[in-house]
Amino acid sequence: MEYILIIISAVFVNNVVLAQFLGICPFLGVSNKISTAIGMSVAVTFVITLAIIATYLIQIYILNPLGISFMQTITFILVIASLVQMVEIILKKVSKPLYQALGIFLPLITTNCAVLGVAILVIKKNYNLLEGVIYGASTAIGFGLALVILAGIREQLELADIPEGMKGVPVSLITAGILAIAFMGFTGLV
Amino acid sequence: MNQLKNFTKGFIKENPILVLVLGTCPTLATTSSAINGLGMGIATTFVLIGSNVFVSLLSSLIPDKVRIPAFIVIIASFVTIVDLLMQAYVPSLYETLGIFIPLIVVNCIILGRAEAFASKNNVFSSLIDACGMGLGFTAALGLLGAFRELVGSGSIFGWKFISGDGILVFILAPGAFLALGYLIALVNRIKNHNS
Repeated sequence: MEYILIIISAVFVNNVVLAQFLGICPFLGVSNKISTAIGMSVAVTFVITLAIIATYLIQIYILNPLGISFMQTITFILVIASLVQMVEIILKKVSKPLYQALGIFLPLITTNCAVLGVAILVIKKNYNLLEGVIYGASTAIGFGLALVILAGIREQLELADIPEGMKGVPVSLITAGILAIAFMGFTGLV
Repeated sequence: MNQLKNFTKGFIKENPILVLVLGTCPTLATTSSAINGLGMGIATTFVLIGSNVFVSLLSSLIPDKVRIPAFIVIIASFVTIVDLLMQAYVPSLYETLGIFIPLIVVNCIILGRAEAFASKNNVFSSLIDACGMGLGFTAALGLLGAFRELVGSGSIFGWKFISGDGILVFILAPGAFLALGYLIALVNRIKNHNS
């Protein structure tokens, strides 16, 4: 039951993009087409889950016993950056089609603040490893959900007659704002 | 004259938020009031100045292949300094900004300036560039924060001068997207009009 609450809370109520403002750059950057949005979401889910396992173990078995938890930011960002690089190399060797599908998104993920943000939040919320992984995966699903919805709307918006100054980023932001109002309806669900 | 241009470009022509649209996560998340926006802006400016100066000093020593990880370590060190300083001296602001202080490390503006400017220019120009960009970022955050606070609760910097309740949605999450969207649209409009 507790796990179901974590999932619903992370996907709908506290949606990572629309309520917590993490990962806005890819949210605006790759939401032109539904197919790229899905590719990005899968890549983010994959990396967040791996990153949480790695950062959690480092926090519990290295940073905490040595009393150097102030090194958290430096350690986590380096671990995430090298993890992304490693995933890219392994995918290239092991699965060519998967690499071709996710390859271009992987380098972008290092600077996706959702990954580092979720890794820090798992430590802050005192989750255990299983809860942390479930929280991370459902946060990534929430990210994917928001990204795919926005991509769907933007595909339709291309046909609309938009004032010159509003084209591009402004209209995407306003669409995201209206989407965020819709997601506010989930408040109080958990 | 050249340095002056270097300084002022961060405000209008290459404003990191309103024109380049970088670093949107902290922009949206921390501008629920003017003071939070300014606090975040100043913290980011500090990191930006530190990292730009050090990247520019060390750029000849850092091998080209490992420059991005090296830049990230420099940036992360300054973020840790800011994190500890704010925890000690402004605990209430630290609580409000929360997770977005450690997240300064993945703010694209800082790595962007290190890569695009500081690694290719001397220390003094890098310092000026960091000050200009940082102040441009702070100004945009302060402006957005002040607007959201004014519309959302009728006050600026906690000083209330419109009685009654504001439009609450502007302080909540959706208001951040709407306010930034219209602000960028306004800047685009002015740019198109001028050219």
